[in-house]
Formats: sequence, structure tokens, C-alpha cells
Amino acid sequence: MAVFRESVPRDIPGKMMELNWTLVLLLVLLGAAGVGMLYSVAGGSWEPWAINHVIRFGLGFVGMILIAMFPPRFWMGVAYPVYVGALILLVLVEVNGVTINGSQRWVDLGPIRMQPAEIMKLALVLALARYYHDLPDDKVTTISGLLPPLLIIGMPAALIVGQPDLGTTLLLAATGAMVIFMAGLSWWFILIVAGVGLAGVIGIGLYGLENILAEYQMDRVHAFLNPDFDPLGINYHPNQAVITLGSGGMTGKGFLEGTQSKLGYLPEMQTDYIFTALGEEFGFVGGIAVLAVNALIMAQGVIIAISCKSPFLRVMTIGIITTYASYVFINVGMVSRLLPVVGVPLPLISYGGTVVLAVMAGFGLILGAHIHRNAEPPRGAGLFG
Amino acid sequence: MRADRQEQDLKFTRRALLMAGAGGLAFLGLGARLYSLQVLETERYRLMSEDNQFNFNLLPPSRGRILDRFGVAVADNRDSYRVLLVPEQSGDVASALDRLQPFLPLHDHERERILRTARSQRSFHAITVADDLDWNTFASINLNAPDLAGVTPDVGEVRSYTYGPAFAHVIGYVQPPNDEDIANNPRDAERLLRHPGFRVGKTGVEIAREADLRGQAGALKTEVNARGRVIRELPEQSTQPVAGSDVVLTLDADIQRYAHERLGSESASAVVMDVNTGELIALVSTPSFDPNMFVGGISTADYSALRENDHNPLYHKAIQGTYPPGSTFKAVVAAAALEHEVIRADETLRCTGSTRLGDRTFNCWRPQGHGVVGMNRAIQTSCDIYFYEVAQRVGIDRLYEMATRMGVGAEFDIGIAGVRRGNMPNPAWKRARYNQGWSTGDTYNTGIGQGYVTASPLQLAVMTSRVASGRAVTPTLYRNAMMPPAPHIGLRDETLAHVRGGLRSVVEEVGGTAHYLSPFGIDGVEMAGKTGTAQVYSITAAEREAGIRSQADLPWRLRDHGLFVCFAPVENPRYAVSVVVEHGGGSSSATRPARDILRRVVARDPSSRAGVFADLGNARPGGA
Repeated sequence: MAVFRESVPRDIPGKMMELNWTLVLLLVLLGAAGVGMLYSVAGGSWEPWAINHVIRFGLGFVGMILIAMFPPRFWMGVAYPVYVGALILLVLVEVNGVTINGSQRWVDLGPIRMQPAEIMKLALVLALARYYHDLPDDKVTTISGLLPPLLIIGMPAALIVGQPDLGTTLLLAATGAMVIFMAGLSWWFILIVAGVGLAGVIGIGLYGLENILAEYQMDRVHAFLNPDFDPLGINYHPNQAVITLGSGGMTGKGFLEGTQSKLGYLPEMQTDYIFTALGEEFGFVGGIAVLAVNALIMAQGVIIAISCKSPFLRVMTIGIITTYASYVFINVGMVSRLLPVVGVPLPLISYGGTVVLAVMAGFGLILGAHIHRNAEPPRGAGLFG
Repeated sequence: MRADRQEQDLKFTRRALLMAGAGGLAFLGLGARLYSLQVLETERYRLMSEDNQFNFNLLPPSRGRILDRFGVAVADNRDSYRVLLVPEQSGDVASALDRLQPFLPLHDHERERILRTARSQRSFHAITVADDLDWNTFASINLNAPDLAGVTPDVGEVRSYTYGPAFAHVIGYVQPPNDEDIANNPRDAERLLRHPGFRVGKTGVEIAREADLRGQAGALKTEVNARGRVIRELPEQSTQPVAGSDVVLTLDADIQRYAHERLGSESASAVVMDVNTGELIALVSTPSFDPNMFVGGISTADYSALRENDHNPLYHKAIQGTYPPGSTFKAVVAAAALEHEVIRADETLRCTGSTRLGDRTFNCWRPQGHGVVGMNRAIQTSCDIYFYEVAQRVGIDRLYEMATRMGVGAEFDIGIAGVRRGNMPNPAWKRARYNQGWSTGDTYNTGIGQGYVTASPLQLAVMTSRVASGRAVTPTLYRNAMMPPAPHIGLRDETLAHVRGGLRSVVEEVGGTAHYLSPFGIDGVEMAGKTGTAQVYSITAAEREAGIRSQADLPWRLRDHGLFVCFAPVENPRYAVSVVVEHGGGSSSATRPARDILRRVVARDPSSRAGVFADLGNARPGGA
């Protein structure tokens, strides 16, 4: 059977031609929704959030296009170094981080203050993608093939859970598990792991969850399970979030007309609870629109992953899109009280520099994967190989 | 190799689609959740959101005023100039008070209170720095307010008792409610009662007519944020407070004040009554206190001083004090004797200064006796021997009936708390009280208003009014649009004429016990009256030996009470006055104040002048 090798664009104009404009448009829509909502929760003001969001989104956008131009070989080359760098930053946070809201998540590098955990989300995916690109298919379901990725996932997860940041830890674990699954782990193995996992859950149940989680995390779990019994007032914010969403109704109270979001019933409206402000002002219609855009973004990511020829690009794209979708599920699930309180922002809409830049960088990699979908870098290739 | 690769591609595609499917399901789940919250349950959450958004700030009502019969406000509301401090705007409270110090000097304990309040509440709630400021202080703070960040001059309302002590016992006073007041009120009033600066009636008319005076609170709808700070006011969605109704008294502020001044520092009381309608024109108890002291919170020292004063300023003697009526009661005995025809008016008895009953001797107040006395002279000279005999002829049961009919021992509700009934004894009462039989000696004592009989100044005024007008008047404190003359009491005109004639001669004829009061002081007007003395302590033989001969030699609290009841004009009685001076040492302590008060009320004649209800004049008996 004759094989028709499709070409890979090599020059910048050619690559720009191959840009996935659908995905770009969807991302710009979300960014614009973010700017609008940040303008609204500031009481109809560009200060202090909306204007920064515009700048960050713009910077991220340029970065995203730039990243998309690099060939897969480059990312394969930097995958391990970037991962090791992110790991070092996480250790730095542990040693010498800035504590904000009781969590040590930030590292101060002179003018730049950043959350290494956000960088790690991408670095982890790159490292796993590189690993599985090089791993022969028949080694995926072996102990020797499985140990390195578990180590790659486990080290940052252990560091982040100690910050403490349960949300990001779960996100990393979910992404890692999804990548291993997509790399082709055999079903029988998955069944065994699931069985062991179930036994573990039962074991934890018998041992007591309170011996594992921090006190505040335990309180959140209790509050989530018993919304009416709330002596500590832990459900105040989740309940206010649901009131904010629910009071929006079908079409919302109108742009800038949200009362819950303006009167301070929710903390940090501009970050984790931004979706409730959107639901209040634009109602069910607005909320569904944002969910639909996100669903389309996820679908685009899956389509791109399937269209890629190299295992590196496939695994990378799936990993990134998994991380992204998890963000959305956890955030919306939390603010609608489907999940306990976990501090996870809604990407591209919530205020927060590192998250915007990290997510845009991730989509840069996905756009790059789309451009270079036909590239087939050899296995075991090194930097610039 | 190639086949392997294709199989790998297929496997990846399958799993990617599986993942996409799972993701799609998750999105559907989130969408369903949004549908449930925002479409199915939106009404519930919208209500909760509005509950969050709006607050109703209570607007306290203006308290109704208390007016005298001519509409003069005796309990009013006046503007209270106060200074509020909002810590959020002022910054550090202590330094804000320092900046205020030149204009408003504060004591250390006041500073302490303000700082304590500031610590205990949210910083955007106002704190009252000072209340009830004089105009100069308030004006200077107003002038400098722009430089005093967070300091707000404000005008509130506070109760003001225009006549101070003169009305203190009748109208009472208001104070901030205590927990008991709150428990005794309906639950929905609690918010108003707990409102800062709100006060409720504690005594007198203020508490008796609380329901009318209070009014209804309004509510100002405000939009608030999560911390309770007011974002904006929504006056069009608010309800205005409804001021309390005014209460109109039958009292005449002029007479009330005059009577209060006339009694001076004596431990005394006076009641002035319209003899035809029973309207109370004055109801005075001295010494009094300034009810304004209670409104702002009386100091413990001031309150103890009032409580420990042996002249009992907190006691409403006019309605709560009960005393043996003494000789004033002889009017009742005379009426009973004539009505039951146990003696004719012109029938005479001999008074030798004492009489024997079994082995007991009963003395007349005049040891040398009155000689031959008829009804008129007996009343005029207050002859005890005559009334011992007459009372004995009437008998205790008929005496009891007549006394009650005249108001002694009768219960009156004048619409404020504390009215005491006194006591009119009869055999059944004595049996129940002391488990002893009634003796003729008891009748003797009752016949001269001593022994077991006691009456309040209010009852004495009723008794006098009933004698004067022949009408069964009941005392009234609240003015009604229609106040018709009371029905006749059912005594024969002849009886009444003889009793009134006797009372007239007490003052107007030579030899009367109060003849020194004559002339009355108004041309063509005569007055009638009856003196009385209520014995507090018997001067013993030993004391008499030691030189104690008169009441003036005794310590104050052992001296006799002085009583006097009177009415005028004799020809056409309009007003009755009763005065009791505790430990006055004899009736003369009461006669002159009573005469002066009576003269003032007759000259002023408040009943025939248009009052608050201008159309009243015709309904009451005119000057004829």
C-alpha cells in the first residue's frame, strides 16, 4: 500500500496558514467573557482587574502563537529540562515561598512572582509525552514502563499537596492518569488498579478520612455532605454561590446588574467565583454558552490529538486538554455545589496572571501540534535532534 | 510493523473518543445542574438574593404628647442635639475624640464607653458621643464638622416634661425599656423597643396610655452589602412611622403648677375636682422630683437620695396615701344621721368635754366642752361628743353604707396605677381582720373619722364633691369630648343643705374651726370646708410633764397629719379641694394652702372655659 506522506509546513507564513482558527476564536471568546465579567464585578470599572486581564490575555495570545511555531522536536528536547526546572521551583516554594491566603504557592523571583504549580501542569504533560514517545508500545503495561511516569507524576504531586493545594494535586493526578490511559495501558491492568483503588477507598473509609486530610479540608468535606448542618459557617460561601447563580434565572439580571456579585456576598469574586457572577448577570443562557464554548474547545483538542501522527503530540495534546477540561469541571462543579470547595479558577475568565499565561501556553502547544500534526519525529531523538 | 502502528492509531482514537464522550457527559451534567438552579429553582434563589440585598431600617415614631385640658403640652418631645461618630470615617477613635475635645469636653468614663462601643460593633455603625447638647456646643461642633472627619452632628427626639416636678406623679416618665418591658410587650414590638434611644412609659400616664402614645414604627428600605453597610436608601419603598396619639388630661396646668408651688416643701398632697363632673383639675403630691432626670438615665446617687428622703418624693400621696380622715369624715356622719332621721337638724345635745361608754371615757378635742350644740354648730366647731352620739344612733352598718356612697372606702379607677382604696370598717371587716366583735367604741371612733377608717386625698375630694353637688361624681383624669354632669346621689336636698350649711359655717361664721380663712377673697363668693386632724402619736402624761405640750415640740415624723376639705362657691358649688399635710401638726397646716388653691381655681374657673374640645362648653353645667 502506497503511503502518501502529508507535508509539514516549514516557514512562518506556511505555519500561520495552518493555524486552527476555530480554536483561536473560541479562546478569544472566553477571554472576552473574562474581561467583561471582571469589568462587571469591579462595579463597572476597568480597574483593577479587567485592564490587567486584557494585557495578560494579549501577552498570552502572542506567546501562544509564538509557541505554536516551534516544531515538536524542540518541545521534545526541552520536555525533561522544563520538568526538572519546574520541580526545582516547587522545592523553592517549599523552602522560601510567599504565603497568600494560608497557602504557600508563590515564588518570588525579583520582579516576577509566579505559581510554579501552574508551570508544572504543562511540564508534567511534556515530560510524560516525551516519555511515552520514546517508550515502545509493548512496554506500556509493564512494571519497568510504568514506574517512571508514576515517579514523574508523584514527585510534584507530593510537593504540591504539602503547600497545601489539594485542587492542583488532584488535577495533576487526573491528568497523569489520563495520559497513562491514553498511552495505551491495557484494560486488564486498569481493572486491577481500579480494584486496588476501590480497596484503598474502603481502607481510607475504615481508617478515617480525617487522618489524611487537613482539618480545613475535612470541614469542607463535612459541610459538602451535610449542607444543612453547618455550625462553622463553612457552607456560607457555597450557599451564597448557589444563590448568586440561581437568582440569575433564565436570562440573568443583566450586565452590571448583579446584586450578589456587587455586594460582597462572595469572596474573591474575580477569581474562583467569577462563573457565578456570569450566571447571575447572563443567566442560564450565559452559563450554557460558556460551557458550550468550553465543550467545543475540548472537542477541538481531541480532534487535534487524533489527527496527530506522533505519539508525543497526541499524548501532549490529550494531556493538556485533560488539564484544561478538569479546570472547567472542577470550577463549575464547585460553584454550583456539585463538588466540595476546591480552589480552582475558571481558566481564561478568572483573574490570575499565571493561570492565563500557563493556559495560553498550553493552547500554544496544541495549536503547534495541529500545525505539525503530520510530523513524525523519530523515537529517542534528543534536543534539536 | 505498519499493522502494529495502525492498530495503535485505532486504539488511541478509540480511547480519545471515549474520553471525549466522558467529557461531553460531564458538560451535560454541569448544564443540567445549571438548569436546575437557574430555571427550575430560580424563584427560591431570587428571593434569597433579595433577602440578602435589602434591609429594613427601623424609623421610630414620635411619641404622642400629653396635654392639659387647654392643650398645653405637659409632656412634649423636643429636639435633642447629639453628636455621632462613625469610626470608619474618622479613623482611630481615640484621636478623633482628641480632635473633638476642644469643642466637647468628655469625661474619662465617657471616653471609655465610646471606645468600648467602638470595639464591640462594626466600624460603619454610628456611636453616640454625646446626647442632649446645648445649642452653643452643638453649633460650634457643627461649624467645625468639616475638619472633624467622621463626626456627625445629628438631631433626635427626646421626651421633655415641661413643668418638671409639678406633674411628675401623674404623668410619670419614660425610660429605655429593660428586659422585663420587652418580655411584656408583643414580640413584634421587640425591634422597636431595642432601637437605640427608644423609651417606654414607666409610671403614671406614660405607662397607662403607652399603647396610644407609642405610635407605629416605620421602616426605611435600604440596600446593604454582605457586611451590612448601607449602599443606598429606597424611600419610595419605605413606610413612614405613625406618630403616637396625644393624650388629653382633665388637669389644668396652671392650677396644677400653682398647687405644687403652694404646698412647697411639705410632705403633702392636694386634689382639685370639678364637683359636677368629677374631672380632676389638679392632682399634686409634694415634694416631687424632676421626671426629666429619669429620661436620660438617673444616677444611682440621685435615685438613692429620692428613695431615702423621709418626705417620700417618689410616692404619689394624692392617690396612694391613706390617712384617717379625722373630722372631715363628720360630713358623712351628719349626712347619714339626717338621711336616716336619727336626729333633727335643730335637735341639740350637750357636750361637757367627755362622755363615758361603759368604763371607757371618750373625750372631745375641746376639754372644756362645747355646751349645747345642734347639727350646724357641731359641724362648725367639730364637736366630737355630738358625733359620738349621732354615729352610735346611726349604727355602723348604715354609717358604712353612707361612707361608701360618699366615696370613702370606694374603689376608683382614674386610669393610672397605684390608686389605693383606704378602708371603711364594718363588723364583718373587723371580724375578718382581727377576729373581734364590733363595739360601740368602734362606732364612736369611726364617727369622728379615727380608728379603722382611712381615706386617700382623692377619696376625700370625691366625698367633698358629692356633698357639694349632690351628684355621684367619679374622679376622671382623661378628658372626653362629652363629660356630662354625674347623676344625683339620691340624698334629700334638705339633708345636703344642712350638711353644706354646717361646712359653710366652719369658715364663714364666727366660731368655726377655720373661720380665720374668711374672707375667701373673691367678692360675693363664700367657701365651705371641714378641718381634720389625723393623730399619729399620743403625747403621754410623762411627756406632758417633761414639757412637751404642743405638736411643735414633737419630732417631725410624730406630729399629726393636717387635713382640710373645702368647696366653693357655697351657693353654686363648682370646685372641691382636699389637702393633706403629713405631720403638719394640725389642720391649720392644710387649711391655708387649700383655701388659696380653691380661690385660684374658682377665679380661673377652668371648667367653663373652652378647652381642647372647644364644643364642650354647652355640655357642662354653666354658671347659673
